[in-house]
Amino acid sequence: MQRFVNDPDLVVEDTVKGFVKAHSDIVRLAENPRVVVAREAPVAGKVGVVTGGGSGHEPAFIGYTGRNMLDAVAVGELFSSPTAKSFHDAIREANGGKGVVVLYGNYAGDNMNVKMATKLAAKDGIEVATVVANDDVCSAPPEEREKRRGVAGEIFMWKIGGAKAATGASLEEVRATAQKAIDNCRSIGVGLGPCTLPAVGHPNFQIEPGTMEVGIGHHGEPGVRVEMLKTAADVARDMVKIVLDDHDLPEGTEVAVLVSGLGATPLNELYILNDTIESEISARGLKIRKTWIGNYFTSLEMVGATLTVMALDDELKTLLDVETRCTIIL
Amino acid sequence: MQTFDNASAGAIVLSMAERIVENRAYLSEIDGKIGDGDHGVNMAKGFGMAAERLKGKDAPLSESLDTLGTVLMTEIGGSMGPLYGVMFTEFAETIEGVEKIDAAAYSRMLHAGLSGIQSIGSAKVGDKTLLDTFVPAVEAFDKATAEGKSFAEALEALVAAAEAGRDSTIDLVAKIGRASRLGERSLGVLDAGATSCAIILRELSDGARARLA
Repeated sequence: MQRFVNDPDLVVEDTVKGFVKAHSDIVRLAENPRVVVAREAPVAGKVGVVTGGGSGHEPAFIGYTGRNMLDAVAVGELFSSPTAKSFHDAIREANGGKGVVVLYGNYAGDNMNVKMATKLAAKDGIEVATVVANDDVCSAPPEEREKRRGVAGEIFMWKIGGAKAATGASLEEVRATAQKAIDNCRSIGVGLGPCTLPAVGHPNFQIEPGTMEVGIGHHGEPGVRVEMLKTAADVARDMVKIVLDDHDLPEGTEVAVLVSGLGATPLNELYILNDTIESEISARGLKIRKTWIGNYFTSLEMVGATLTVMALDDELKTLLDVETRCTIIL
Repeated sequence: MQTFDNASAGAIVLSMAERIVENRAYLSEIDGKIGDGDHGVNMAKGFGMAAERLKGKDAPLSESLDTLGTVLMTEIGGSMGPLYGVMFTEFAETIEGVEKIDAAAYSRMLHAGLSGIQSIGSAKVGDKTLLDTFVPAVEAFDKATAEGKSFAEALEALVAAAEAGRDSTIDLVAKIGRASRLGERSLGVLDAGATSCAIILRELSDGARARLA
């Protein structure tokens, strides 16, 4: 394993330090070094928007801190939920007096820590609402959607939630709109190679050469099926089929598309995938309003990609066009 | 009636931390088979940090458990931070101010920790979690005392049941947490949380047993 690491136990500390040095025009570090805050936060009279999650997914989660996006982000260990204290501190940093919405992914640790942080914030008199992302189609069948993981659809949820909050909307309005955004998202991941936590030193799982895992999770949770690696076009077709078969969108629906690398897949391969993704989505009678391609939500050095499709209505279209200023172009 | 002194039992937490740190690689390895392989790393970090704060202090057991619980809750995160954090702080609160801990106080402590875990998590016995270790251990302890066994014997029964419970997770399909997405593929592997819970309960109970008077 060849990695740029100082002390494997201090990977997160060192990551955050370097991040804040690079982006001090957009973010600052809270007193709690596991909380990254937008420069302008808290904004008086605006609903605060918070997320948090394990590290190793950069640019998620910290990279989405900024104007009209996330006000504060709680930072966890690699692939491990932030503490309740960090979520609580992030809520406090984001609080502009109008309540705080926590938009996070459906993982056991995050659920528990956000729940505890919400209780702590209530003691401070801060009203907190939550939206739990569950866009990963392969992580549970449709009738058990509440069990599905949150993956790259979270980015759309933050973008929409952040933009809605910027309009001066109430806590309930921001919550409801962020909920609609994630309800309109479906995602799928395909893994070609595993990832390694530096402190562990070896991959958590194996993907045999010549095979791929369809439905792989953001932490290397094995997929729903392992099959022989196919051409990019065939993989892209499968991804679109899995995502849209779960979605049931009327013809003519406008959608936003996000194709993200998982960390070690070159950008050009994402474009190769998108060549077919675009054709397949269009062939189903859907209109792509905007496509984002890049390493938006990674899993250390995992080889693979995710596809997220968000169905748009008029409100979501307007909010999607709101300009944001974070470290990532959105 | 057998009891042990709260005031002189704080070292139990230090030896518990030692065992967890020793098992860092092992816990991560079993976690890596069906989870993401960070259980040992995070547990060792939290227990190690707590041990640093407690070393040389000769604190009572209740205070040591409180330090450990607070560190896990505020510094570790993940699932295990809040779950074990709540468990240890509940343990601590229950025996705080109790000078001599008898079997009844020990049982109250175990139940408070268990309720704390159940108040934030949603797992049940059989879901392949630390509860598969914890619940039968508490039941075995209560059963032994109800049958008139000594505190020492009840502690032995607790440890045996905890380890049997841990081993039972090999044949369970994960119903909760990251491994639950694997369904049948989670069979044949120990649950990492159940394993660390067995280590914790053994250290706590062996430590108590060695101090009985």
